[in-house]
Amino acid sequence: MGELRLMKGNEAIAEAAIRCGCDAYFGYPITPQSEILEYLTLENPEPITGMVVLQAESEIAAINMVYGSSACGKKAMTSSSSPGISLKQEGISYIAGAELPALIVNVVRGGPGLGTIQPSQSDYFQSVKGGGHGDYKLIVLAPNSVQEQYDFVSLGFELAFKYRNPVLILSDGAIGQMMEKVELTDYIPRLSDEEVIKRTGSWATHGKPESRKHNIITSLNLQPEPQEQHNHHLQAKYKEIEEHELRYEKFHCEDAEYVFVAYGTSSRLCQKAIQLGRAKGLKLGMIRPITLFPYPTNPIKKAAKKAKAFLSVEMSAGQMVEDVRLAVNGKRPVEHYGRYGGMIPMPDEILEAMEELIAKVEKKAQKKAEKKAKKKAEKKAKKLAKKEKE
Amino acid sequence: MITIEDIIKEENKVFSKTKLLTDKTFSYCPGCGHGVAHRIIMEVIEEMGINEQTIGVAPVGCSVLAYDFMDVDMQQAAHGRAPAVATGISRVFPEKYVFTYQGDGDLAAIGTAETIHACSRAENIVIFFINNGIYGMTGGQMAPTTLVGMKTSTSPHGRDLHNMGFPIKITEMVAQLDGVQFVTRQSVHTPSAVRKTKKAVKKAFENIKNKKGVSFIEIVSNCNSGWKMTPVKSNEWMEENMFPVYPLGDIKG
Amino acid sequence: MAKIRGAVVVDVERCKGCVICVNACPTNVLNMSKEVNGKGYTYSFMENPEACTGCMSCSLVCPDVVITVYRMKVG
Repeated sequence: MGELRLMKGNEAIAEAAIRCGCDAYFGYPITPQSEILEYLTLENPEPITGMVVLQAESEIAAINMVYGSSACGKKAMTSSSSPGISLKQEGISYIAGAELPALIVNVVRGGPGLGTIQPSQSDYFQSVKGGGHGDYKLIVLAPNSVQEQYDFVSLGFELAFKYRNPVLILSDGAIGQMMEKVELTDYIPRLSDEEVIKRTGSWATHGKPESRKHNIITSLNLQPEPQEQHNHHLQAKYKEIEEHELRYEKFHCEDAEYVFVAYGTSSRLCQKAIQLGRAKGLKLGMIRPITLFPYPTNPIKKAAKKAKAFLSVEMSAGQMVEDVRLAVNGKRPVEHYGRYGGMIPMPDEILEAMEELIAKVEKKAQKKAEKKAKKKAEKKAKKLAKKEKE
Repeated sequence: MITIEDIIKEENKVFSKTKLLTDKTFSYCPGCGHGVAHRIIMEVIEEMGINEQTIGVAPVGCSVLAYDFMDVDMQQAAHGRAPAVATGISRVFPEKYVFTYQGDGDLAAIGTAETIHACSRAENIVIFFINNGIYGMTGGQMAPTTLVGMKTSTSPHGRDLHNMGFPIKITEMVAQLDGVQFVTRQSVHTPSAVRKTKKAVKKAFENIKNKKGVSFIEIVSNCNSGWKMTPVKSNEWMEENMFPVYPLGDIKG
Repeated sequence: MAKIRGAVVVDVERCKGCVICVNACPTNVLNMSKEVNGKGYTYSFMENPEACTGCMSCSLVCPDVVITVYRMKVG
């Protein structure tokens, strides 16, 4: 077992970056994620591992520094919170278009606008439905513990390089700020320049040797035909990611009649709600998407065969619920429960919302059964009357 | 009697295109200064033998396609963000020769913050700033460096001081920053100007070698299409109108 | 006395006819063609080749790098 340490979620991200051989972090202060930049500047890894840590003049500059570093084949990352992530969207679109392997962390806070500094999950649409301009997808990882905050940094880089695609860790202010024990991994040394060139020489900019053509990092095509081709290529890549990189977790789903769908902080609250509900004899379960792209559409679809209804619990006005509905495709009721603007729902509220849904579904089922029984009785009576007549 | 054929022999060749320019024909308008600026930069890189260590950044603007012409590793950057991108490159590859090649709209409007802060941090890069007082790529709109009274497609009656304010002399601003080692303003419209500019370019790349921080080279250039003049006339107009506002010469270092 | 003779070769198909080289030539060697190249541009040529000293002024200012310059000592 690795070293155990009690850490804040934000600190776990920073420590993971140092330990997984990250080459560069570029950040800008914003609550509730400033500890990432603070921890890294305090730890000052450059003299030890060679990892560059730089406070940029803006979120925009930070993401473009990431662009420059990752276009050199280096492991580069940035982090911010919602308003700052909005500023980064141009750069994220360029990174996706130029197919660069970058890691972006969003420790979400309540919005819109300057909003609040408290946790929220209202950046779901921004994360999985685009955010910036153009047809692109990020690989989106949604941690629900400080341990996962830590683990997803190295996983994020792995996926980013595997697919040459930006990866987003969609965290929130609760996970970023809370303290939990983390099992740390051993230090992985940064790749040497020679290793970086060997690994990324076919596409990255390292300085052009005689032996190859110049490498160009761009997202520009002045002609529409090659741009359409490039989009075809990107879509094929996203399909491959959907086929291979789906991650999700089922919780008490074996006999569940009513299923929560929740990620991040909400999924932990749902776990408690399930516990409370089960104590009352309710057969509750949960599907927790760990990757939000790719999304566990099929597992939810499959669960809809057995489950009677779904409740999407989010700290938003209802964003992910749309994807749950798409997966269930009208076969079962799907509702949303959420608190937002920085508010966190309590497990008993969540259970209450589920009980309301259950009551609604059962009432409907009862009505249906009554109607059926009535019809049956009428039919029987008719038949009897007919017989009597004869 | 010496014939032309006698002169045109390999051993008599004194000027030919640097091998660091690709065979692609420049996408620039006839007479545009970009081509000369591209050539000088690539010549210096070739002469210094640093091409295998050079990474260039060309953001949005007419020169966004510079990567098609410059035969070194290149990155295209978002509008205004080249100094941030160059920072990202230079920080992870501190031994490389990293340069940006930016227009006036890019460097002095949308990318002002990135420009100022990269200079302030003393990033070990060269910034080339091509100032023709207009947005060329998008069809000749007013730029931050458009002269007062100058007509563009978005100042069709001439840049009006009361509405649009003054042109920015960002090169003089940048010279105030401690992180900047060398600041000069040059042009590429005459043979002697080209020679001076080339000297400055060489000095700038040598500054990278000696880790001296930012070298900032403004090249005041023409945009005959945007200015709606012949190339020759545009160069004359530039001397008469641009140079008084943007005087040539070394400003720092 | 040794005399310097020069000559230039213009890559006709890449010339865009901007005339900047013609203006830059100190010995009035160059002029523009009456014909056009494949792209429809007139191109520069040595109208007065005897006067060329191979000083490279034209090639230094040529925005499209289409001029190659040769120079030799004669006599």
